[in-house]
Amino acid sequence: MTLAVYVIIYAAALVFLIASVVRAVRYARLPLHLRWELYPVPHEEPERVKHGGSYFEKVDWWEKPTHFNWWGEVKFMTPEMLFLKGLWEFNRSLWFRSFPFHFGLYLVLATIGLLIASVLIGTSALHACYMLTGIAGAALTVAGALGLLLRRLTDPNLKNGTTPADIFNLVFFVVVFGLLAAGYLTAGASFPGMLVLVHGLLTFNVSVDIPLVLAAGLVLGALLAAYIPLTHMSHFIAKYFTYHSIRWDDAPNRGDVRLARRIAANLTYRPTWAAPHIGADGKKTWAEIATTNPASGTKK
Amino acid sequence: MKKAPVRLDDLAGAGKRPLIHLENEDLMSLPAPLDHPSKDHNWPPLSAQAGEKFECFLDDTCAVSIPQPKTKEEEDALVAKFLSGLDKLFVKENNWSFLQPLLLTMEHCAKCQTCSEACHIYEASGREEIYRPTFRSEILRRLYFKYVKHGGMLSSWQHGAITLNWPLVARLIELSYRCNLCRRCAQTCPIGVDNGLVAHELRKLFSQEMGIAPKEIHDNGSMLQLRVGSSTGMNSEVVKDNIEFIDEDISEKAGIHVETPWDVEGADVLLIHNAGEIMAWPENPGAFALILNAAGIKWTLSSEIAGYDSINYGLWYDDAQFARVAIKHAEAAKKLKVKKIVLGECGHAHKALSVIADRILTGDLNIPRESSMTLLRDIVMSDRIKLDPSRNDFPVTLHDPCNLVRLMGVVEPQREIVRKICPKFREMEPHGVDNYCCGGGSGFAIMSGHNFADWRFHVSGRKKIEQILNAFANCTDASIPKYVCAPCSNCKGMIRDMIAYYNLWESNRIHYGGLVELIVNAMVDVKPGFIDWEWR
Repeated sequence: MTLAVYVIIYAAALVFLIASVVRAVRYARLPLHLRWELYPVPHEEPERVKHGGSYFEKVDWWEKPTHFNWWGEVKFMTPEMLFLKGLWEFNRSLWFRSFPFHFGLYLVLATIGLLIASVLIGTSALHACYMLTGIAGAALTVAGALGLLLRRLTDPNLKNGTTPADIFNLVFFVVVFGLLAAGYLTAGASFPGMLVLVHGLLTFNVSVDIPLVLAAGLVLGALLAAYIPLTHMSHFIAKYFTYHSIRWDDAPNRGDVRLARRIAANLTYRPTWAAPHIGADGKKTWAEIATTNPASGTKK
Repeated sequence: MKKAPVRLDDLAGAGKRPLIHLENEDLMSLPAPLDHPSKDHNWPPLSAQAGEKFECFLDDTCAVSIPQPKTKEEEDALVAKFLSGLDKLFVKENNWSFLQPLLLTMEHCAKCQTCSEACHIYEASGREEIYRPTFRSEILRRLYFKYVKHGGMLSSWQHGAITLNWPLVARLIELSYRCNLCRRCAQTCPIGVDNGLVAHELRKLFSQEMGIAPKEIHDNGSMLQLRVGSSTGMNSEVVKDNIEFIDEDISEKAGIHVETPWDVEGADVLLIHNAGEIMAWPENPGAFALILNAAGIKWTLSSEIAGYDSINYGLWYDDAQFARVAIKHAEAAKKLKVKKIVLGECGHAHKALSVIADRILTGDLNIPRESSMTLLRDIVMSDRIKLDPSRNDFPVTLHDPCNLVRLMGVVEPQREIVRKICPKFREMEPHGVDNYCCGGGSGFAIMSGHNFADWRFHVSGRKKIEQILNAFANCTDASIPKYVCAPCSNCKGMIRDMIAYYNLWESNRIHYGGLVELIVNAMVDVKPGFIDWEWR
């Protein structure tokens, strides 16, 4: 059974990795879109970020030095990623469910990191840390998922948007982290501990005896990890693009050769829209269509 | 009795009755003097004639006026066209312009409804289900997974089921015109999904593939502008005549000779107004001329086609029409060899030419574009003209046009001006990038077919009326004239229409106008009383 658990974990990790990369590459390779930013843009000059201003607030802005405030982005993204700051501001009741859920997952990820680090370094000094993060992480995730599930099932505002998969996903989280916690807490004295289990996983030592409930939690957890990047729950990937490539993409078309090349490439696409005023036939380029006047021959 | 919320499936219902009908009692309540539904206007239902002729079965109003198909074959052909357009929305050759934001929005909405609470239309309607930003998105999302990604049963389980037929398409066409495209919803999305974009993309599908768009923004909008030069119908001769008349009028009124320069080659500034100002608010282009002349700016207007009208309605519904008009604007500037284009008081024109067109205008068409707000700020704050704030000693509040503020980041320049010249300035709440749309955004301000104007006054503009009334809550008395400064032509039109509709000039002396009128009103060299405290 131990071998099967190891194989499933490795296979799931591989699926997670490949699916995540495929999704990210797919989004990254999409053509440059028209600008569609939303203010405030945190990499603007700090005094402008305060009120949501842009470089358009300066007379002759194109003659002024460009400013990219990386620290502004870091200051925005850190509380957003760690504490879901936006949700706190705009949907407080959801935050009380969503924050424990997400923060619980971060703690579980931290637990995995700590366990792997402990094995690689060869120490058990971090035992208290990963015990704490692991148990707190699982508890918070389960509590958050239950809260989200209850809301999904009872809030009439969510009825139209809820699909069977939305319910399944939350139940999946509850089951996985419930089993992991229960499996660990009921493992008994014969279980050598998580450090030995992770060591076994990393060295493919199949002599480690994994209790049944914990094994079920590990297998389902692995399947959950493989499943996430195949769903909308992969918003940890999407969020990079929605923020950096859309909301905050205010790069002006001024002297950036790479940007100019991407724009030029877009203008060579040959659309096939069918409405007569577009005049697209699949042969004319976007630039040709944009420089024709569908009204020029019509009566004044 | 509480009405049952509309379900997604209901959009595909074949009945020839609207899915909802709103009454005053259903709507968000307003402050005094509109603090009881009985003080609100009666809301006429759609005429029976319109209901027989057009596809108006969404919410008892009609923005697009699509003729009802006569046969099942016609309906099927329209659905087939819709499907063909749906495919094209997700193909880079057809929709490189918005493919990345659209795909991310399709694939990552968590349907948490955070965006709903940010939407002024949803809130003002009394939280009517069909006006949620996610409602139309959820339909498009399900169609995307079913027909573009060819999802089967598993996909339907994952993303939700949907029935596609002509009633659904017809209602979706109308529903795409129940959003102001203000993108306040997108601003609050924890994931960065943009459900406001969905209305934009649907409109594009209907226009670019099916040739369906409201006549106010297509036939009488972008097409007229491309044919004549302006959506007002003014050709270059007429616009020159009108400006000449405005110059004479303003000269007399201000006591300073005003002359608007035309087609000056090599000017520093090509100023492009929303030509609607010339027709409806001549004091606005007149005030601009007065200020720029007094500040010693070397500027000009252009009489080239579209060069004297900054509007670009394509921004709201059609990428091709958008690009064509933007290119015309740039060509006018290129011909005059000006150093920069400055956009007058028109929010959507600002965003269209400065932001969105930035990745269309290449080579020598990529002429610098700037907001008049910054130029005016520099003129006012540098004391190049003498100003006496005591001339503006009346309560003033400032409307933030979404296109200028949330979508372009021009927030402070106009504030610096009003803070300096209006001693009784007060902010609306919320303001700046968190502002609410006037309710006329994305074309609504010029769309008044059937009873659509009643809908926008009652629903899309309701939040703005609430904000205006709250801003003036401590001076409601009709003896105190009050001024809503709206530095955007479409917003100004919407606010004018709402003030008139709710009789707020008569009852509370609430007036409206642009920014330059306030500046000229405070100019020491100008005869006092530039702002007319008369309703027009």
